[in-house]
Amino acid sequence: MKTKEFEMIDGNEAAARVAYQLNEVIAIYPITPASPMGEWADAWAAAGLKNLWGTVPAVIEMQSEAGAAGAIHGALQTGALSTTFTASQGLLLMLPNMYKIAGELTPFVLHVAARSLAAQALSIFGDHSDVMAARATGFACLCAASVQEAQDFTLIAHTATLKSRIPFLFFFDGFRTSHEIAKIEPLAQETIRAMIDEERVREHRARALSPDHPVIRGTAQNPDVYFQARETVNRFYEVCPGIVQRAMDDFAELTGRQYHLFDYHGAKDAERVIVLMGSGCEAAHETVDYLNAHGDKVGVLKVRLFRPFDVDAFVEALPASVKSIAVLDRTKEPGSAGEPLYLDCVTALQETAHASADLRIVGGRYGLSSKEFTPAMIKGTFDNLKETASKNHFTIGIQDDVTNTSLEYDPSFSIEPDDVFRAVFYGLGSDGTVGANKDSIKIIGENTDNYAQAYFVYDSKKAGAMTISHLRFGPRPVRSTYLVSKANFVGCHQSEFLDRYSVFDQLMPGGTFLLNTAIGAEELWSNLPESAQRQLEEKRPRFFVIDAHKVARQCGMGGRINTIMQTCFFAISGVLPREQAIAAIKESIRKTYGKKGTEIVQMNLNAVDHTLSNLSEVQIPDRVSPQPQVHETPPSEQSTFLRDVLGKILAGRGDEIPVSAMPVDGTFPTGTSRLEKRNLAQEVPVWEEDLCIQCGKCVLVCPHAVIRSKVYDPALLNLAPSSFKSREARLPEWKGLNYTLQVAVEDCTGCAICVDVCPVRSKSEARLKAINMHTQLELRESERKNWDFFLSIPDRERRQLSFASVRESQVAQPLFEFSGACAGCGETPYLKLLTQLFGDRLLIANATGCSSIYGGNLPTTPYAAGTDGCGPAWSNSLFEDAAEFGLGFRVSLDKQREFAEELLQRLGGRLPENIVTEILAADQRDAAGVFAQRQRVVDLKRELQRLEGDEARQLLSLADTLVRKSVWIVGGDGWGYDIGYGGLDHVLASGRNVKVLLLDTEVYSNTGGQCSKSTPLGAVAKFASAGKRTPKKDLGLISMSYGNIYVASVAMGAKDEHTLKSFLEAEAYNGPALIIAYSHCIAHGINMTTGMQNQKAAVMSGQWLLYRYNPEQAAKGETPLHVDSAAPKLPVEEYFNLENRFNLLSKSRPADAKRLFQEAQKQVDARWQLYQQLAKSGSSSKESGKP
Amino acid sequence: MNLATRYLGMTLRTPLVPSASPLSDNLDNVKRMEDAGAAAVVFHSLFEEHIRSESRQLNHHLTHGTESYAEALTYFPDLEDLAVGPETYLNEIAAAKGAVAIPVIASLNGSTLGGWTEYAKQIEQAGADALELNIYWIPTDPEMEASEVEARYVQIVEHVKGVVSIPVAVKLSPFFSSFAHMARELVRAGASGLVLFNRFYQPDIDVETLDVSPNILLSTPMAMRLPLRWIAILRGRVHADLAATSGIHRATDVIKMVMAGADVTMLCSVLLRRGVGHIRVIEREIEEWLKAHEYDSLDQLRGSMCQRSCPDPDAFERAQYIRGISTSWRNVTDI
Repeated sequence: MKTKEFEMIDGNEAAARVAYQLNEVIAIYPITPASPMGEWADAWAAAGLKNLWGTVPAVIEMQSEAGAAGAIHGALQTGALSTTFTASQGLLLMLPNMYKIAGELTPFVLHVAARSLAAQALSIFGDHSDVMAARATGFACLCAASVQEAQDFTLIAHTATLKSRIPFLFFFDGFRTSHEIAKIEPLAQETIRAMIDEERVREHRARALSPDHPVIRGTAQNPDVYFQARETVNRFYEVCPGIVQRAMDDFAELTGRQYHLFDYHGAKDAERVIVLMGSGCEAAHETVDYLNAHGDKVGVLKVRLFRPFDVDAFVEALPASVKSIAVLDRTKEPGSAGEPLYLDCVTALQETAHASADLRIVGGRYGLSSKEFTPAMIKGTFDNLKETASKNHFTIGIQDDVTNTSLEYDPSFSIEPDDVFRAVFYGLGSDGTVGANKDSIKIIGENTDNYAQAYFVYDSKKAGAMTISHLRFGPRPVRSTYLVSKANFVGCHQSEFLDRYSVFDQLMPGGTFLLNTAIGAEELWSNLPESAQRQLEEKRPRFFVIDAHKVARQCGMGGRINTIMQTCFFAISGVLPREQAIAAIKESIRKTYGKKGTEIVQMNLNAVDHTLSNLSEVQIPDRVSPQPQVHETPPSEQSTFLRDVLGKILAGRGDEIPVSAMPVDGTFPTGTSRLEKRNLAQEVPVWEEDLCIQCGKCVLVCPHAVIRSKVYDPALLNLAPSSFKSREARLPEWKGLNYTLQVAVEDCTGCAICVDVCPVRSKSEARLKAINMHTQLELRESERKNWDFFLSIPDRERRQLSFASVRESQVAQPLFEFSGACAGCGETPYLKLLTQLFGDRLLIANATGCSSIYGGNLPTTPYAAGTDGCGPAWSNSLFEDAAEFGLGFRVSLDKQREFAEELLQRLGGRLPENIVTEILAADQRDAAGVFAQRQRVVDLKRELQRLEGDEARQLLSLADTLVRKSVWIVGGDGWGYDIGYGGLDHVLASGRNVKVLLLDTEVYSNTGGQCSKSTPLGAVAKFASAGKRTPKKDLGLISMSYGNIYVASVAMGAKDEHTLKSFLEAEAYNGPALIIAYSHCIAHGINMTTGMQNQKAAVMSGQWLLYRYNPEQAAKGETPLHVDSAAPKLPVEEYFNLENRFNLLSKSRPADAKRLFQEAQKQVDARWQLYQQLAKSGSSSKESGKP
Repeated sequence: MNLATRYLGMTLRTPLVPSASPLSDNLDNVKRMEDAGAAAVVFHSLFEEHIRSESRQLNHHLTHGTESYAEALTYFPDLEDLAVGPETYLNEIAAAKGAVAIPVIASLNGSTLGGWTEYAKQIEQAGADALELNIYWIPTDPEMEASEVEARYVQIVEHVKGVVSIPVAVKLSPFFSSFAHMARELVRAGASGLVLFNRFYQPDIDVETLDVSPNILLSTPMAMRLPLRWIAILRGRVHADLAATSGIHRATDVIKMVMAGADVTMLCSVLLRRGVGHIRVIEREIEEWLKAHEYDSLDQLRGSMCQRSCPDPDAFERAQYIRGISTSWRNVTDI
């Protein structure tokens, strides 16, 4: 027999490889966690990889999942073997086409990395909510439980769909399977070929629409025949399970891996059985083995083919001895009689007359949103089945103290076997820990007979993100689909984690602990936090330390300590002989980094060579040295909610929060990011008060709102800490006041973008600016006090402020602060400015994307209220509908205000006349007007309290709508140019007073840099691996064509005053407004510290234009379009050279790059000429006018 | 008129050779140079430091922010076959060799000994007819002695000569205490030709922005005085071909340099200012000058004014400076 071959890959790649082989047309659209499948397909096609039939599949990115489904439907109808990949909301968008595709009996496999649906909140993590929402479409639903199965079932699904004509929804668990790296047996191409019946392929093609043999489909049917026609498919569904089973049998003959529609595993005489599907099957499988080995009689029934549900196969798969069954659903269907799988199982038993008093069947929910599903929970579920009155409709894994659905279980129960090595690594995203561990697990998997598994837990924040890697390897396939709870090895790659996280929790007594620290082995012990000393003293591991950052510096690796820590792991864990491990690491380095050049290879090889001499073992003393506790949690005086909910989430203990503590409708308080104090930055900006010209530019660009300025009465300085800095305010309007620029050093990410934009240099030492970076640790204590004092200085009231210049606007309090966006983010300065200008009256409808994640990802939110209690109200509906959602805000607010005004007039005689007339005639165009109206409404409410009657009570509940509300719709280019474009177009065309801030990063940033229609010609992005071949859509020009939309194109880094002016004009315009804001982004491959310079270069090259199109100008007979940037003077290619997204094309396809860059220059020149003409001609294409 | 010369073992139709500059970045320009009569072309330099820096930057940008956040584990597609090494340069050399008949001389600026030899080998394999070593760095360490600097130059030439068989020229800085000795040591180390001199891009200060800016200035004819002097001094003293570069803008500049002893004269600033086609103009003017002055060939005047052959050998030595000032003061013009 042939020796088995193995590979280490994740579930997404495993499925995508087979899908790519078996399709001709692949329509893609990014959505977590399925995006990598589309990315693989695009990359393979760009590299010219051929499918099973020797042709490169056509891969096309669509504008949405709905678009992808439509394109696939069309491709299938015209005979191509076609596929797509999606998850969650994307699957929902495909539903209408899925009904069509199934109704037309079309062979097709839809690959789904199953994910939660947005309900009370969005979640990117795994469960079956999305699949269950699609179960009525007529698709067969096949489910894989592991990475191996993700590959194998892809082939089985394709085989079965061609034979059955039933389209298949093939799914596996998002993240747990899609992102788990496991050692699997890859499929040989001959196996794939042997499984595919070419005759069925030809039949599929023969059914295609063609004018050569014309037919019509997609007709409309009437009451007379629709019903009957719907029933015609029954026999196809009846035979489908048999076809799937035959495909599984054929597959077994070819590979030796036998699957069934329902795979039972456990005791033949089991009395208690759990039924479930997905990755939980694996954990249940090994738990069943453990329990049976310890005297139990239990089993697990793994559901593979959920639809069509084969009742007989299900019943036959159950052991005859079974007395109680728990059906576990990884979904929630509120208000149902039970979750879907449970109901199917109940029906199956009922219909086959197996239901009886002796056979109990209960249903429960588990694992929503990747909630851990552990052997302890599985045992708890089995224990429930022992009870004579087993709890039905239960939950497992949470504490439901409201409706008491949850089962009790012993969380300490563990079945981790001794012969499986388990390691946990705590690292920063930026230090390369995850990459090193992916590499390590591949080395182990490929160099030993061990089976291996790697799973990674990532942060919900991008700046300073922490990662936890969970690695297992052992002699059997690893079925532990849950995090490591007992580790032989724990690596702590950042010493500051010792203060913040429980890094010792998983460490087993006598294990190995590796710490990266700048403190040497001899002095280390007394410098460790007391809690760490106690844990080490108690568990007495072998304890190793290395100053990996020093080694990294010596080897030119900057902050990336991946190779060094990886070398340490292999050197001390003993998983491989040391020499063999080092050789394997070096070989892996050559393979991994070879394409980045010999420089990088050599750098990493040097790091390996320098590591071992810097690695030392620490002897753990018998005594703990008392240390002051430095761990900080939110202060105790905060509300119970902040302490018991947000505080727990912040401390990494969110799993402990009971149902009762959570809001019932997803509503959370704002202003909570200030609680975090993440102390991310090694260096922070320090103000040089004597040099500063108080221009406010650093305050404006700070992506995290950590640099603030205030002007105030100098008398307040009496109470200031001694190190608090202050100078006389320079602006004539601020005569007599003092000015302070204060940095929140504990919230700063250290991006240094503030230093880059500072226009001032010291006259005696030109390297110094008016703000310079200094070590944070030395400043932390003093600046914490200074920050607290700074906050105590009253903010100037919004109505007192002039927003005529950047300098003046930047003393306004930002109501968006300390977000988790990338350090140096190009989007957040615009949002911060928005809140500074209009925050007290602002409602934001936010499209899903980066801005919704850093804006609304728990536990905290950067949106905050001012001292008057007013601040932005924010919500995210969906990715695709932000414009419509925001329009809903507007229409609703306008209607309520109109009704309030009607009521005011009706009640006029009973209210003081001046209140009524002043409110109705109020001028609320500026902050002062809004403030005055708010005061009037306070008076009105007081008067209304005294009045009797329904109308008075009605008006009381509506009175706040009389104060102006600004509705801003916020989203990225993936939304505005692609998925949400139809809605955006409609909303802008509505003429309603909504404002749109489009944060244009020219790429889908949040999902990892996929191409959008905003991506410029020649840029390399995911889904455009060969460089974007079409020009960027000119959304501004399209919008101007309506004539009644205010449109501005801004780039803060190029001209900040222009940005400010555009925001003010957009808000002032009584109609729809669109601001397209150039936002530099980490996905551009740039130095984020100098991101504003990239913005400037984009404008100087003409690649990005600054302009304002104001319909009000046209109404006055003036030209509505003002081009505010100068004629391009920087060649486009010189701008492109600054960004890796363009350089990558030069490096991968130099000839294409040359041609496309020349084409880009031509387009820039032509666009400049066009805009010049439009600006001269007085109108873009139509006369202005309100609808 | 016969303008032929020999350089690095090659017979060239004229001494007019475009020197290393951005002009040779573009294959069309190289073709235009040949069409305009260039006798050979020195390619723009392959900078090892630049390759290393690009490689580091690429690595940084491909890894920055990755593996941190679950939705965006990377930000770029995983591309294979990235041209991060010298491939682009080598392909350009190979393409130029395929496109023009004139000799193609590669130029290399290394930063490590391994880089010098590795890239030199690859350049030879790519088909270059000869290699110019553009040895350029500014020793700023006060602890570094002059002898160390000189030894490093010699070591580079020796190592490169040890791995390639094509002729090697060295483009030099004039900043050596004993330049003539240094020149001879390099020839001993294996250099077949010396290119005098490298024009360093000197930094400038922007007094408005207080930035140090690499303000690149094109040469003026005045710049040719320094190489003129040293070519005249070295002619006949070192067994190597001599290439003059810096400040050669006119036919008379070429003639002066050849008279001083140059085998080839390299053109850069003049071509950047006036276009590649200007080579043809200079060639025509040389011919006209030679005819007008009744020379039979260019070779006839080669070295006629070198220090050994000229009527006043002291004129090329330092003492002349004082007399020059005292006698020529009135002729000083604002350059």
